[in-house]
Amino acid sequence: MSSAILEVEDLSKRFGALMASDHVTLDLRPGEIHALIGPNGAGKSTLIKQIVGELHHDAGTIRFNGRRIDDLDAEARAKMGLARTFQVSSLAPEISALHNVLLAVQAVEGSVFRFFKPVIRDKKLVAAAMDNLMRVGLQDRAMVRTADLSHGERRQLEMAIALALKPKVFLLDEPMAGMGPDGSQQLTKFLARLRDEAPILLVEHDMDAVFALADRISVLVYGQIIATGSVDEIRNSKKVRSAYLGEELA
Amino acid sequence: MTRETTVNIALAIALLAVPIGAQFADHPFIITLSTKVAIFAIAGVGLNIALGYGGLISFGHAAFFGLGGYAAGILASQALNYEPLVTWPFEIQGTTQMLIIWPVALCICGAAALVIGAMSLRTGGVYFIMITLAFAQMIYYFAISWPAYGGEDGLSIYVRSKFPGLNTLDPITFFAICFALLIAVLGFSVLLTHSRFGLALSAARQNPQRLTSVGVRPFQVQLTAFVISGMITGLAGALYADLNRFVSPAMFSWHTSGEIMIFVILGGVGRLFGPLAGAALFILLEHLLGGITEFWQFLLGMLLLLIVLFARGGLIGLLAGGRGNV
Amino acid sequence: MSTILLFEQILNGLQFGIMLFLMAAGLTLVFGVMGLINLAHGSLYMVGAFACAAVAAATGSFWLGVAASLAAAAAAGAVIEVAVIRRLYGRDHLDQVLATFALILVFSEGTRWIFGSFPLYLNVPASLSGAVILPGGVAYPTYRLAIIVVGIIVAAGLFALIGKTRIGVQIRAGEADREMIAALGIDIARLYTFVFALGAALAGLAGALVGTIQSVQVGMGEPVLILAFVVIVIGGIGSIKGALVGAILVGLTDTLGRFLLPSLFATMMSESDATSIGSALASMSIYILMALVLIFRPRGLFGATN
Repeated sequence: MSSAILEVEDLSKRFGALMASDHVTLDLRPGEIHALIGPNGAGKSTLIKQIVGELHHDAGTIRFNGRRIDDLDAEARAKMGLARTFQVSSLAPEISALHNVLLAVQAVEGSVFRFFKPVIRDKKLVAAAMDNLMRVGLQDRAMVRTADLSHGERRQLEMAIALALKPKVFLLDEPMAGMGPDGSQQLTKFLARLRDEAPILLVEHDMDAVFALADRISVLVYGQIIATGSVDEIRNSKKVRSAYLGEELA
Repeated sequence: MTRETTVNIALAIALLAVPIGAQFADHPFIITLSTKVAIFAIAGVGLNIALGYGGLISFGHAAFFGLGGYAAGILASQALNYEPLVTWPFEIQGTTQMLIIWPVALCICGAAALVIGAMSLRTGGVYFIMITLAFAQMIYYFAISWPAYGGEDGLSIYVRSKFPGLNTLDPITFFAICFALLIAVLGFSVLLTHSRFGLALSAARQNPQRLTSVGVRPFQVQLTAFVISGMITGLAGALYADLNRFVSPAMFSWHTSGEIMIFVILGGVGRLFGPLAGAALFILLEHLLGGITEFWQFLLGMLLLLIVLFARGGLIGLLAGGRGNV
Repeated sequence: MSTILLFEQILNGLQFGIMLFLMAAGLTLVFGVMGLINLAHGSLYMVGAFACAAVAAATGSFWLGVAASLAAAAAAGAVIEVAVIRRLYGRDHLDQVLATFALILVFSEGTRWIFGSFPLYLNVPASLSGAVILPGGVAYPTYRLAIIVVGIIVAAGLFALIGKTRIGVQIRAGEADREMIAALGIDIARLYTFVFALGAALAGLAGALVGTIQSVQVGMGEPVLILAFVVIVIGGIGSIKGALVGAILVGLTDTLGRFLLPSLFATMMSESDATSIGSALASMSIYILMALVLIFRPRGLFGATN
């Protein structure tokens, strides 16, 4: 277990009477895609938010590369190499797609506190940003205002930003949401290769994608992890079928 | 060249041409008015960095305008009275050199903006508006009740401060100084908004969560912008003190904060030359409407209402179209 | 001797706090229910004071003046709500600040136009002039005591209105969820106009009551408005309870600061230095209080925590 990059142990979070996370234990190992599935309202996004530091957990620990990161704020955790994408795209709408990626690139490559040189003239930065746009197939839309991008393009842009952060872990919150079948397929292929760069904690509803991609799957129901295992183990688990998959596969 | 650039250049030329024409026609009053436009525009350029680019609705920029003014006023009056400013732990003399007064004003306003900004940015939205207003008001009441520098009556500066090699008492020369500074802060503003920092600031306004998730604290970016913004507005205050050769607590009043905000809005929020267009329009209105009735602010209020309700985008938006805030 | 003086100052602080509550209640209600920041609230205070002074001067009755202040401020509030304010609900705070700042210019200059620049004076009604001897032998002006009593009654009435009545339920629903009250079939436009006019009437009442202690003049509303902002920032925006607690805190801090700080400094330095430093610091005391509250509770004492 010590080989895991990200270790979540006994994590609990309560909203009033609701246990959003109920002693959640989960880890992410190098080179794997660990899918987190569960019905709506199971607390998947809440879990992601606690891992990245947007929400503070009530109890439990989160370790990254063996070091506790519970007390760090979200910015520090991002700087250490936790990159997330959002369930609903969270971009700066009034600037171009390129500028959104530049924002990430400049944050990784040194300081944002430079006041004189125009970003767009910084060839190294722009080249790095364009590379990442190209990887998600958005290079032709680089100069388009983000608000004018289509829904699918915005999801691609989210991914380009996450790539630009050169993270040690990807936390992807429903990256397939709202993508057409073609888009989903492309993204599935893309993620399959991405795991070699950094392991992925993947929250996803698209079961085809999950079964195609995941090395391990954890099932979250009412804030509790009811099972963790390989694709086959999860598929064949009675507990999972009755609690969750039953309705999906029926 | 975009249409907005053309409009901007035309505005700059107009601001330069009017006082030069007035110099030949011997209308010193018009030169003074133009100087006032340039100074107010500098104050607006400062506020625009926080308000337009950073989305920080500061209703307390009078604090910096006033502090800049008092820095200039106090330094000059101590020097003219041959009294040292501080005698302990070492002696500091006052000065009438603009080249010393300006950096002092910038430092004082920067420090004040750091404190006020750090407090106010702990909150957001409507709290931010009220808290910046309240801090400015605090300094206003302090200026009124602190008797050392004139209290409620304000402080006169008998001679305008000096600039090496220039006769600052000559209206057109003083205008030239203010105009040059305006162009300098506008230039700085262009660089800033296109820089790495400008990109981060713009993101902090549009979506702070995005900034957080790439590992940058919006607080630090916004606080830095607030400090820069306060310093530039403070510089305008120092110039305004020299223009009038007088400073008073009115510089700190919330009407001043409101007016600086009006310059920015009238011209167009987040537009580079917005503050200049707005300040020029404001001074023009003051004199046109002031000629109609002594209650010209009634008409100004009505006009402002109409603009807010129906004509968003300000003067630059009207002339150049398109979007601000890029 | 000094304790009697102190007791008197505490009552003064309480009276000041109660006045601030009347102002702050309207501001915080309007923000809580409609999400609007209204700088022109001080103008409604001024309208109340002028209406009271004008009617009292014309009829000779202070009480008719007070009734007029309520009516005039509520009417002015309703008119600007319908004509201007309701266009601002969906707008960002910047537009709200500017439009209501413009309203201040219109109100102030309009009032100057009608009444001129000289202050008007309101006399304390004969029935409330003089002083009452309080337990402990403190003589305190009857009128100021009456203000405290009126304020407490109004505060109680307001809490009852919001806590116990149908309209209060609607107001609380509006604070919680704007879409919900629409779904409940409540006429939002009318509810908003009512809330705004109610806040205006409270501000107008405050203006009329304070007008007898201070002079009635253009611009009188603005210092009070800013104090009311401090009050609701301390209390937590949107909370009536917070407005009450904040108002009393600010009233006491300001009054006692002005009373105590100069004499505190007098123990350390010369009389005149102490007076100037003490009063300068006293004028800042409530802002320091606000800063302290913000350091520990950025959303105010009773504000919703994030």
